[in-house]
Amino acid sequence: MTYAIVTVAYIIFQVMSSAGLLSSSMRGMLVPICAYMVMAVSLNLVVGVLGELSLGHAGFMSVGAFSGVAAAVLLQNIIPIAALRLTAAMLVGAAFAALAGFIIGIPVLRLKGDYLAIVTLAFGEIIKSLLNNFYLGVDSGGLHFSMLTDNTRLLAGGKLIIRGPMGISGIQKISTFPAGFALTLIALAIVFNLVNSRMGRSFMAIRDDRIAAESVGIDITKYKMMAFVMSAAIAGAAGCLFAMNYSTIVANKFDFNTSILILVFVVLGGQGNMLGSIIAAAALTILPEKLRSFSDYRMLLYAVVLIVVMLGTNNANIRRFFEKLNPFNRNKDEDEAGED
Amino acid sequence: MMTFLNFFISGISLGSIYAIIALGYTMVYGIAKMLNFAHGDVIMVGAYVCFYAISRFKLPPLAGVALAMIVCTILGMIIERMAYKPLRQAPSLAVLITAIGVSYFLQNTALLLWTSSPKVFPSIIGRGAFKFEFNNFLLEGQLSVSHVIVLTIVTCIIIMLCLTWFTGNTRMGKAMRACSEDKGAAQLMGINVNSTISMTFAIGSGLAAIAGVLLCSAYPTLMPTTGSLPGIKAFTAAVFGGIGSIPGALLGGLLLGVIEIFAKAYISSQLSDAVVFAVLIIVLLVKPAGLLGVQRPEKV
Repeated sequence: MTYAIVTVAYIIFQVMSSAGLLSSSMRGMLVPICAYMVMAVSLNLVVGVLGELSLGHAGFMSVGAFSGVAAAVLLQNIIPIAALRLTAAMLVGAAFAALAGFIIGIPVLRLKGDYLAIVTLAFGEIIKSLLNNFYLGVDSGGLHFSMLTDNTRLLAGGKLIIRGPMGISGIQKISTFPAGFALTLIALAIVFNLVNSRMGRSFMAIRDDRIAAESVGIDITKYKMMAFVMSAAIAGAAGCLFAMNYSTIVANKFDFNTSILILVFVVLGGQGNMLGSIIAAAALTILPEKLRSFSDYRMLLYAVVLIVVMLGTNNANIRRFFEKLNPFNRNKDEDEAGED
Repeated sequence: MMTFLNFFISGISLGSIYAIIALGYTMVYGIAKMLNFAHGDVIMVGAYVCFYAISRFKLPPLAGVALAMIVCTILGMIIERMAYKPLRQAPSLAVLITAIGVSYFLQNTALLLWTSSPKVFPSIIGRGAFKFEFNNFLLEGQLSVSHVIVLTIVTCIIIMLCLTWFTGNTRMGKAMRACSEDKGAAQLMGINVNSTISMTFAIGSGLAAIAGVLLCSAYPTLMPTTGSLPGIKAFTAAVFGGIGSIPGALLGGLLLGVIEIFAKAYISSQLSDAVVFAVLIIVLLVKPAGLLGVQRPEKV
């Protein structure tokens, strides 16, 4: 069902794009929308399925973006085909983000609730600070890196890839809308298969009742770590896709606000509901663009929409009204009510 | 040694500001179990109100601060009434997102009203400093402590004393503590939980105004986004000290301020944020409920 809707949406946009029906700003947003959709799906795995709040998801995105782009630059001469290079870069990005997720997961998953959330926030900020001061260069002698100041001492003909606060510039824009679509489908496939497996059922058992899950022999730390690493890896691939759509990328792009933005997609779309995340990510990325005619007031309107939607979806009367209006929606609403 | 003392004092001063902001977070969290992300932006509004009162309407500084406090208190109550009260029964994430919406709303309203160009905040008590000369075997040299630093630290101490007295001795304060302990039981004892929560928001927002003025007196650039980073750091401070605990907010704020200034001075100015957050993580690993937080046993 979800696959079908995403595919149909992809085909519609692809046709509109090739028929020239989309404005250039909309065309430029197609890849970021895909990246945000994948981010929302990956965060939904942690927030919706595992039930832990993560406020530092942009950190993984940024690790994936930087390592992926660096890999793409290094592989430029080895893999000439852009699509293959993008795939390789995404894999590298996912691998590094998964590693970051594992390292962060060790301390984070000992905590729970709001304390876990604040530590993920802290890690997101730490990743941002570190990447802001990270220098990576390549020359005939191999890779060189340094922190704080540029001490890479490259040989002649060497190239500085990551320049601290300047980030990476001169990126070849090899991200395409079809690639974004493919990544979205892959992310969905991974998450759906995961949720409907023994592992996914363990995640949900942990979410619903940690103590009960522990007492029936579910290794909580192990499963939490799996969800966390998986989510980080998907986020890393999304970050790589996102970065390859721009010519310059800086670490400050992936700050706390980005993490929050993705969390907004997840909560607005419904926790645990992947299709909801995807629709919310697409709608909320397009919305500020569509509100452009209100120029200065558009972010204000965005804020108002956010508040009104949250108030509306949590108001019992309005919810009952929609239930009456749409008989097909009843199941979903009851599910949501059950979570309260 | 002298530079060390100087850094230490400016750390305490920054920490006092964090502590005042953290109080707002910790009180609201303790009673309503929600992270009020809009708190940092209330600080910004308070600073702007004070800025305009002093520089445009030529009010005396004290009147400006009082005006800022009144505006912020009312603003806090309006926010609570409009955005949070309808969500009392909603899941906590829904409230969190609403708070983020309110935060965006305040920032963008400020952007429209006051434009994005940074304002230079006027000093409320001048830029002077107390100078101390030391000439003994331990300390040598000059220690200069600016008036703003003294004012900040003194204000922080006064606020702490008042709040401790308030929560310990007044009816309203006791009601607050009861609500944060057990809302249901408090209601059964005849405490109006809703009005107590509103009151908490009012106090927290009033304190935010003071914090905003102090923050901008120490770091005099005022923009619509001024409040967000100190807001996040103060929230970190609240968690650091044990969220929900008032002495914890003070301790967490002070420690965070001192660590930040020392990290800036002795490690690296770019990495100071990373150091602050790394210390937070280490503390939470050793004491998962924060320094002064109470770890409640889980009941099955």
